[in-house]
Amino acid sequence: MSSFQGSANPPLLQATRRGLDCAAGGFTIDPYRQTDVSVITHAHADHARKVANKYYAANSAVALLKKRLGDDINIQGVEFGEPFVLGNVTVSLHPAGHVLGSAQVRVEHNNEVWVFTGDFKRDYDPSCEAFEVVPCNTFITEATFALPVYRWQPGHEIAADIWQWWQSMQQANRPCVLFCYGLGKAQRVLSELTAFTDKQVYLHGAVNPLTDIYRNAGINMLPTVPIDLRDKKKLYDGELIIAPPGAGGSTWMRRFPDAATGFCSGWMRIRGNRRRRGYDRGFVLSDHADWDGLLRTIAETGASQVLTTHGQAGALIRLLTEQGINARELHTQYSGEGDEAEA
Amino acid sequence: MKEFSRLYQTLDQTTSTNAKVVAMVEYFKHAPPPDAAWAVYFLSGKRLKRLIGAAKLRQWLAECSDLPQWLVDDCYSSVGDLAETIALLIASATENTTQGSLSGQVDELRALSKLDETAQKNKVVQWWKSQGYASCFITNKLLTGGLRVGVSQLLLARAVAQHADLPRAVILHRLMGDWTPDESFWKTLISEDDGAADISRPYPFCLASPLEDEPQSLGEISDWVAEWKWDGIRSQLIRRDGQTFLWSRGEELITTRFPEIVTAAASLPDGTVLDGEVLPWNDHGVMPFNELQRRIGRKTIGKKLLTEVPCVFLAYDCMEAGGVDIREQPFKKRRTTLESIINAVRLVSSADCRLSLSECIDSPDWEALAEKRSESRQRLVEGLMLKQVSAPFHTGRNRGDYWKWKIDPYTVDAVMLYAQAGHGKRSNLYTDYTFGVWDGDTLVPIAKAYSGLDNKEISQLDKWIRKHTVERFGPVRSVTAEQVFELAFEGINLSTRHKSGIAVRFPRIARWRHDLAAKDADTLACVKQMISND
Repeated sequence: MSSFQGSANPPLLQATRRGLDCAAGGFTIDPYRQTDVSVITHAHADHARKVANKYYAANSAVALLKKRLGDDINIQGVEFGEPFVLGNVTVSLHPAGHVLGSAQVRVEHNNEVWVFTGDFKRDYDPSCEAFEVVPCNTFITEATFALPVYRWQPGHEIAADIWQWWQSMQQANRPCVLFCYGLGKAQRVLSELTAFTDKQVYLHGAVNPLTDIYRNAGINMLPTVPIDLRDKKKLYDGELIIAPPGAGGSTWMRRFPDAATGFCSGWMRIRGNRRRRGYDRGFVLSDHADWDGLLRTIAETGASQVLTTHGQAGALIRLLTEQGINARELHTQYSGEGDEAEA
Repeated sequence: MKEFSRLYQTLDQTTSTNAKVVAMVEYFKHAPPPDAAWAVYFLSGKRLKRLIGAAKLRQWLAECSDLPQWLVDDCYSSVGDLAETIALLIASATENTTQGSLSGQVDELRALSKLDETAQKNKVVQWWKSQGYASCFITNKLLTGGLRVGVSQLLLARAVAQHADLPRAVILHRLMGDWTPDESFWKTLISEDDGAADISRPYPFCLASPLEDEPQSLGEISDWVAEWKWDGIRSQLIRRDGQTFLWSRGEELITTRFPEIVTAAASLPDGTVLDGEVLPWNDHGVMPFNELQRRIGRKTIGKKLLTEVPCVFLAYDCMEAGGVDIREQPFKKRRTTLESIINAVRLVSSADCRLSLSECIDSPDWEALAEKRSESRQRLVEGLMLKQVSAPFHTGRNRGDYWKWKIDPYTVDAVMLYAQAGHGKRSNLYTDYTFGVWDGDTLVPIAKAYSGLDNKEISQLDKWIRKHTVERFGPVRSVTAEQVFELAFEGINLSTRHKSGIAVRFPRIARWRHDLAAKDADTLACVKQMISND
């Protein structure tokens, strides 16, 4: 593959006001403003917006995208690894390991290959397709957790901690409310927990339909039941309830007096983040690559140019630059595991 | 060590005070006495003498983690806690099961002082690499200083009291002052009778609450005594067995720093403990607080400073007279005792006696007292103290009997210039701000403030800061001069150490002025005006 450096061609992918634009292909990846043709990496709100006339996404992401953007969207499901042509470029999607149907987008034009990861992780996750390394010249990567203090333990170990916490609350007859991002994290936890129990889990209304879609896709998870909002008298002592972070502190929480609360997020790795949010427990479980995952992936792609989309990329860029890799930041509106959102 | 790190984790992972007490009681039940003593020592916020500087630890961390120094420093400024950064970067993945005791680890830490730098480094790095995350974190906390864990002295005393089956006030008193954390300390702490107590031991301070309602809500003025609220070092002066001890409210022994007070205290009868305030006081009366600052932090005081900033102990109350604890007596009675003690000392002393009595302000009614209060700024005091005549000398803050009725602070509208991430609970979040006012067409910094916003505003502002960063200087970001805040502060002085030429005292954010633009902020000239108005 020829190196991009020194080439007179304009960049294959460019961050514009619309999103990640591919002029040669006439499409936008994960657009945030009105565009004609789009390729969507995954169904999280900062990547999938209802702003395009036509959507391309991985087959396993189609149901999630329809749930999020509406049944009426014009969407074309694509098989992972199957190339298709848009304008003058060849496009293919490859698993990103972030959530069900999450894809990296590979774009090839004039023997030059660019890959945009969207959000990705390298850790094993029983609820989605495993990440695949795609060799390229230019690698556009997320950098949500780009500091060496962010290193993840395997998901099954965290699930064991969650199970232990749930058991201790069973003994104490208290409900435990676990806050997880409703798409991806919740289902990953439900799937990992099958190694320990077959107990039923209660779901917040926002998590339930997404979990159904995972179940229809054949993901093995604990049995779940939505919280019955009309039944005000029901006690949830010793039960596990999964809810999105936004439900914390709302009136919805009133039905679980004396609940122990936990939060699943990569940010929980830092004690200050955990304490500030006031949860009883923080479980360090992330759907993003950790520091080692980022470095290893960048090395494996063989890219000579690395661009970062979101996160605290300063340190990563400096380190790569010191290693002789052409690295810089792209300014986009993707928020990663930003704050309360996609934790 | 394992048990103590588990205790720490439990304390850290719960927000329930009951659960914290249960965890401490459980720990004390099983801990060997030397460990229990050290646990009490650390939980009450005391620390080991710092043996190795933070810069050196960061350097060792870079060397043994194979990361460039700048990356280690980046990590530290993102995490906001060195002990945690080290544990995150190199703690072993598994907890070592054959660990020693807490007191054993403390002994090893203290033994570091006898080693040369290479040996120190080997030792420390070996701890880092052999301990799991939890123990590594604790060891680093002990090595770098404090172990803040969200346990107040009251909560700790409650747990020890429950374990020992003694009243909490007794434990609180025994935890005051100087003590050595060892087996015999722990045994005395939890014993029925602690025998001959240490003669330097102070009493827990009695704290007042801010008065938020009108003073009329307190009832008849005749049930209350009003005194000026002075701005100095709240202290406790102890005279026992022919020796004098002066303790600050932060439980620091400051006796040697105020020789003139020690001289005066020599005339106090044995078995006397007084509550009061150390104040800079010359022939013209009280001096501004920043004069006192010149004497704080110096262990030995030169003659020049002694003449320039002479200090006085202004007595508020008496907790012990004739060797008897009189804290349960009504305030009025203690006051009479206090007056006779101070008057007796002044009779035998020179004209310039460095022990004096806080004045009781007579007022026929609340309105007249409010009138008096309006003189506070001129008198260089913070307002008034109101004390219920029949109140005992409480342990700690006990709402209802002691009120501070402070004057309204100064306020100024200032523009945010810089932001820095906080530490501990506020790490990773921009919570430390620098504000400026207009000097011509430039903004000059006048104050740093860390508090005053609620959590929602903090996170809103954090997002704004990240999007409006102009430049980065290490951990500090300069931001677009756009956001205006009303700052409140207690005092203002000319200063040669600050670029703006002024220094403000206790600055904090009163509110976020969304309605103002940067151009509407105050000018340096009008801030300086406040000094001349004093």
